Amino acid sequence: MKLLVFAEQRDNVIKKSSCETVRAARNAADALGLECIAVLAGSGVEGIAGALGRYGASRVIVVDDPSLAAHSSTACAKAIASVAAAEGAGLLFLPASQMGKDLAPRVAVKLNAGLASDCIAIRIENRDIIATRPAYGGKVMLDVRITSAVKVFTLRPNVFPAEVDGENAPVQKAEITFGPEDFGAVVTRVDVAVGRPDVTEADIIVSGGRGLKAPEHFALIESLAEVLGAAVGASRAVVDAGWRPHDEQVGQTGKTVSPSLYIACGISGAIQHLAGMSSSKYIVAINKDKNAPILQMADYGIVGDVFEILPELTAQLKQVLGK
Amino acid sequence: MKIAVCINHVPDSETKAKIGADGLSLDRAGINYMMSPYDEVAVEEALRIRDKFTGEVTALSLGNEKNKETLRKALAMGVDKAILLKDDAERDSHGVAVGLAAALKPLAPDVILFGKQSIDYDNAQVGVLVAEMLGMPSVGVVIKIDMQDGKAVCVREIEGGHETVETRLPSVFLAQKGLNEPRYPSLKGIMAAKNKPIEEQTAAAAERLVETLAMRKPPAKAAGRIVGTDKTAVPELIRLLREEAKVI
Repeated sequence: MKLLVFAEQRDNVIKKSSCETVRAARNAADALGLECIAVLAGSGVEGIAGALGRYGASRVIVVDDPSLAAHSSTACAKAIASVAAAEGAGLLFLPASQMGKDLAPRVAVKLNAGLASDCIAIRIENRDIIATRPAYGGKVMLDVRITSAVKVFTLRPNVFPAEVDGENAPVQKAEITFGPEDFGAVVTRVDVAVGRPDVTEADIIVSGGRGLKAPEHFALIESLAEVLGAAVGASRAVVDAGWRPHDEQVGQTGKTVSPSLYIACGISGAIQHLAGMSSSKYIVAINKDKNAPILQMADYGIVGDVFEILPELTAQLKQVLGK
Repeated sequence: MKIAVCINHVPDSETKAKIGADGLSLDRAGINYMMSPYDEVAVEEALRIRDKFTGEVTALSLGNEKNKETLRKALAMGVDKAILLKDDAERDSHGVAVGLAAALKPLAPDVILFGKQSIDYDNAQVGVLVAEMLGMPSVGVVIKIDMQDGKAVCVREIEGGHETVETRLPSVFLAQKGLNEPRYPSLKGIMAAKNKPIEEQTAAAAERLVETLAMRKPPAKAAGRIVGTDKTAVPELIRLLREEAKVI
């Protein structure tokens, strides 16, 4: 049996979440005594494939086809499932990125496999994988086991380390024929904001809530985020009020995040918000209400006025970080 | 246009999680249930597509008798038909998808809508599983759908931005907040929904592929320290973040 791990590339750059997934896949493969093979799909991607060896792939199979220049979930899922079948892979790992979440269920159906999604820990017991995954927006953790012969796992971004250890891996090409029927949904345009990371991928998040009092005061949050190279997050209250776009919402009905540092400003900490950010490594809370639930889980709290503290914090960090 | 929308009945997001006696699921006592919030967006979009192109919206929910509450809400919002796919046992995502796909097939919908994920188990699998089982394309986390001539041009969220995706009908769409503003059922709608029938079918049987071994609360985070109460605390906070936490 072999383990196959899918690496996502955009514009021929391999995403960090995929490097994390390849490393986690290699660790699992080593523990089970299996070969760890990576698969990469796209057009003109052969040149970037070998580097996956440095994250743990012992070889890389590329599905390189001009028709894959624009991403199509239907065609890409076919590529992954075909390679898995040809290699006889019994375990598949994908990143739980937006692309991975689109692909994994399709691959699972094609291979009659069970799927454990958004896993945050993987351990081996009795030569089988036990995966831990959050549910109810992070309020609980589940240990799950897949009982089908072929098993598919997606791994949450920003949780597993992407350690570099090893050399470039040999690259093989898989020949797969695609027809028009394989392109049911095709990406025709990508607009990615430059400079500001997404909350699900960010190492640092600066988040604001009702305590900011008005949408224009989010400039304070943005300035601090800018200095730290951080993503901007928001509570449900301010998203529902239309102050901030929904893609910034952190919580059970928004995004569940795991950054190294989460700075909550003027957020009291509703249950559904806390669930979404409690797996942050370090939490800073700035809130003038000393009884705010967020201060109960913050590593460092300042019980004070965000309008006084945020400008000072931004100014001093600018100096300290030389920006 | 034939439109189907698949909805789920879930614990309210304000619910405090308490693990049940089995150690595998939530203690259901005292929990309020609601339609999963992304499913509300899906229902709203289904109604808007119907009103634009004419046609019929069928809402489906797989679960026990209690799911009728969420189907009633969909009827009150304005869907034309509601079907409960009955199974008292809890299913994994694959099981839910098998049940839904079997019921959707004879309906032959042009458009199938789901919420981008159900906020109970957060698997974010069922919509795409159903699409693959029915041989349809799908667009996930969608915030805009423009439909014409048997095609849909959609905008969906990706990390740090957006993607435009073109798909042909029939297709599955997974609704994200921001796609629309779901309507509140009118009093008239609520009254009318009380008398509308909910069709019941036994959900098609499915094998379980993922088993839960344990459910537990995440380790409680111990409260840390209060660094100060005004801006004089800032230098100490920065020192702690750099020297103790080493995160900046």
